[in-house]
Amino acid sequence: MCANPVPLLPRPEGLYCPAGDFYVDPVRPVARALITHGHGDHARAGNNAVLATRQTLDIMAIRYGADFAKTQQAVGTEWVAIGDTRVRFVPAGHILGSAQIVIETQGTRVVAGGDFKRGSDPTCADFEVVPCDIFISEATFGLPVFRHPDPATEIARLIASVAANPERTHLIGAYALGKAQRVIRLLRDAGYGAPIHLHGALIPLCDYYAAQGIALGELVPATHAGPKAGFAGQIVLGPPATFGTPWARRFPDPLICFASGWMAVRQRIRQRGVELPLVISDHCDWPELTQTIADVQAAEIWVTHGREEALVRWCELQGQKARPLHLVGYEDEAE
Amino acid sequence: MKSFARLLDALIVTPSRNCKLRLVRDWLAATPDPDRGYGLAALTGDLDLKAVKPALLRALVAERVDAELFRLSYDYVGDLAETIALIWEGDKAQDMPLSQVVGVLSTAGKVDAPAIMTDLLDRFDAASRYALIKLATGGLRAGLSARLARTALADFGQVQLAEIEELWHGLTPPYLSLFAWLDGLGPKPVGAGFAPFRPVMLSTPVTEDELAALEPADFAAEWKWDGIRVQAVSEAGTRRLYSRTGDDISGAFPDLVAAMDFEGALDGELLVRGADGVAPFATLQQRLNRKTVSKAMLRDTPAMMRVYDLLVWQGDDLRALSFADRRSRLEDAARGLDPARFDLSPLVDFADWATIAAHRAAPPDPVIEGLMLKRWDSVYIAGRPRGPWFKWKRDPFVIDAVLMYAQRGHGKRSSFYSDYTFGVWAEDGSLAPVGKAYFSFTDDELKQIDRYVRDNTTDRFGPVRAVRADPDHGLVFEVAFEGLNPSTRHKSGVAMRFPRISRLRWDKPPAEADTLASLRLLLPE
Repeated sequence: MCANPVPLLPRPEGLYCPAGDFYVDPVRPVARALITHGHGDHARAGNNAVLATRQTLDIMAIRYGADFAKTQQAVGTEWVAIGDTRVRFVPAGHILGSAQIVIETQGTRVVAGGDFKRGSDPTCADFEVVPCDIFISEATFGLPVFRHPDPATEIARLIASVAANPERTHLIGAYALGKAQRVIRLLRDAGYGAPIHLHGALIPLCDYYAAQGIALGELVPATHAGPKAGFAGQIVLGPPATFGTPWARRFPDPLICFASGWMAVRQRIRQRGVELPLVISDHCDWPELTQTIADVQAAEIWVTHGREEALVRWCELQGQKARPLHLVGYEDEAE
Repeated sequence: MKSFARLLDALIVTPSRNCKLRLVRDWLAATPDPDRGYGLAALTGDLDLKAVKPALLRALVAERVDAELFRLSYDYVGDLAETIALIWEGDKAQDMPLSQVVGVLSTAGKVDAPAIMTDLLDRFDAASRYALIKLATGGLRAGLSARLARTALADFGQVQLAEIEELWHGLTPPYLSLFAWLDGLGPKPVGAGFAPFRPVMLSTPVTEDELAALEPADFAAEWKWDGIRVQAVSEAGTRRLYSRTGDDISGAFPDLVAAMDFEGALDGELLVRGADGVAPFATLQQRLNRKTVSKAMLRDTPAMMRVYDLLVWQGDDLRALSFADRRSRLEDAARGLDPARFDLSPLVDFADWATIAAHRAAPPDPVIEGLMLKRWDSVYIAGRPRGPWFKWKRDPFVIDAVLMYAQRGHGKRSSFYSDYTFGVWAEDGSLAPVGKAYFSFTDDELKQIDRYVRDNTTDRFGPVRAVRADPDHGLVFEVAFEGLNPSTRHKSGVAMRFPRISRLRWDKPPAEADTLASLRLLLPE
C-alpha cells in the first residue's frame, strides 16, 4: 500500500477522503459528509450532502430540524459507490444508529470506527469486527486506568441507593442521546418499574428510541407543579448541565448521580460534586480498545480524539504500527 | 477490606456532615471486632503503618506497567494511590478481614514489604486496592476529621463525645475494651497513667449591650491572645500536648513538651516568641501541622504557653472547683513552671464595663484579640455553656471588596452560586483577588446574588463564573475578617483570616471599594 496515495487525511474541516471527495464527521460545513453517529461533536448541521444510517439521519432531524442538510442519503451495510471509493456502514455499538464507516479505495480498506464500544447494549446494534488495512480508533478512555465495570452492577447500586434514601430525589446526569436511554433501559432490565421523570431536553430522543422498538417503560416529564415532596424517592434524568440551574431546585434534597465512564476517577467525581457516581460508558474501556486493535488485524492504527498518546504507545509496545491523528473539535466530555 | 473500601469511597463523595456520620456509625455497627477498631483508627489517623512509602509503590508498578503509560495515566488521574489502584491488573476481588491486612502490613519490614504489598494488590479489586494503598501509606483523605470520626463513634455508642475524647488517647487500636463498653458488654475503660485529654470549656461571644445586664464583680477578665488553645497534660511520665479538639500535637512542639516537668493538666494559649515579644499568629501557623520541626524553627520561633486554667494538679481533679479556687491553685502551680516556656495569663483589673471597653479598644499588645470574661464561680465543664465564660473580641476588620468570581455550592446548594471570590483595586487599576467566602445570608439574599451572578456572567470555568466587575458596574461586598497575613500563595500578597461577607452593598459603586494599598496597611509589622 506504500505505492497508493493516502486514502484519508486530516484537514481543519475533519478527516478527508480525496478519492471520494468527502469528509468523515466534519467539524465545519462541507460539500459531502459521512456521519458515523448523531452526537453533536460528530454530526453537525449545515453540510450540503449527508450520508448516514437511517437512524442517525432521524436523530439529526430531531436535533437540528428536518433541513439540517440539503440532501440526505440513508446508507446501510450494503456498499455505496462515491467517486473512486465504495463505502458501507457497519454497527459500532455506541448508540442507536451509530456506525463504523468502511471505505475501500484502490485496494486499501480503511475503517473509521467513529465512537464505539464492544459490550452488548440493548439500545443499539452490537459492534461488528471488520478486518482492514487501516483502522481509525477513538481513544476517549485510552488509558490503562479505565476498566469499566459491568453496567448491571452500577445500576444495582443505583436501585439500592433509591431504596435507602426514600426521602431524596435521585437526579441522574446523563447525556440526552444514548446515555439517557441506556440508563433507563438498564433500570428496566434490572426490574425497576416505576415511572422515570425526564427533563424536557431528553423527551424527544427517548420518544424516538421507543418508536424504534426500544422499550423504555413509563416516562413522565419532570415538570408537575405539585409539592416538592412529590419527587421524593423518584428517579429524575436530565442533562448534567441542568443540575446547576434553577430547574434542579424543584426536587427535595437531590442526590446527584452521574452516569459516565469518567466516574471511575475520584477526582472527576469530586469536581462535579457527584454523590453517586455510576460508571456507565458508551465508549470502550482500555481492554476493549486494545482488544479491538488486535481483532481488526490492521497494518496501521490511526488514533483520534481522547488520549491518543497512550494508545499509540501501547501499539508501539506491541510492534503495531500506529500514529495519532490530532484532529480537533471532538469533545472529551461528550460521553 | 471490601466493606472498608466501600465506606471510604462513600465518605469521599458524601458532602454532608450528617451523612458522613451516619455512614461511619452504620459501618461501626455492621463490622465485627477487631476490624471496626482498625478501621476507626485509620479514620482518626491513629493507625501508624510505616513500611510502605510512595517510592516503593512506584517501583512495584514499574515492574508491571510501561513507564510511559504509567506517566500518562498518573498525569490524568492526579493521585498516586488511585492511579496504581486502577492500573494494577487483576480482578480477583478477594476479600480479607481488615485486621488481617493491618496485621500483615504492620509486620512488613523494608525487605519483605514489596512482596507483601504485591501479594495484597494481586488479591483485591480496584476499590480495595485503593483503600489498601491509602491505609499502607497513611492519610486516608476521606474528608472526615478525627473528631468527626470520634463523634460517629459516640453516636454509635450513645455516649457523649466528651467521654470518648477523655478516654481516646489512652487506648490503642483495635479498641476492644472501648467497643465492649459501648456495646454494653463491659465496664468503661479506666484512664490511668496515659495523660488523657480533658474536653475543654469554651466561651460564647458577648456584646456591650449584653454586658450591661451583668455584674462586673462576678467576673474575672483576662486578655484573649491570638494563639491556639492547648491543653498540656503530664501525668505519670506521659506528656501530651493537645489541641482544643483533642488532637495530639506534641510532635510539632517538642520544645514546649520538653519543659512539661509537672504532674497535672494545664489549659492555656500556645504562642510562639519572635524577636520582640509574642509573634503574630502567622508565625505560629508555620509550626502547626508538622510532624517534625527544624532546629532553625525551634531557635527562631520558640513555643511557649500562657496558662489560664488548671484542670488536674498532683492527681487532684480540680474541674469541680470554682474558677476563683482554680485560679489560686494555678497561681501557686505556675511558680514552679519553667519560666522560659510557661507564664501565667495575668488578670486584667477592672471595676466597670467601661474600663473593659477601653482595654478592648486599646490592648497593650498587637497579638491580643480581645478579652475573656469568666465568672468567678464557674466550674469547668466541657462544651460551650452560655453564661459562665464570655469572649469579647475586638471588632473585626472591615473592607469593601468587589465580587469577581462565583462558584456553585454542593448538595442542596448545587444550583446556587454560593461561594464568592472578591477583590480590591490594585495599583494598576485591575482588581486583585484577596479572599473567598461562602454564603452567609438569608435564602432571599442568596437568590438575589445567584440572579445577579447569572445575569452578569462574563466567562465560565467549569463550576465557576467570572462576574462583571468594572469601576461602574459590579457587586460590592462588605467583608469582615479577623486579621491579615502576608502570603506568597496569593497574587495579592495578602491572606485574610476568617473572611465572611458581612453586608451586601447593592448601593455602592465598585469604584468606591477599597484598594490593595489600604489593605496592606493592616499587615502586621
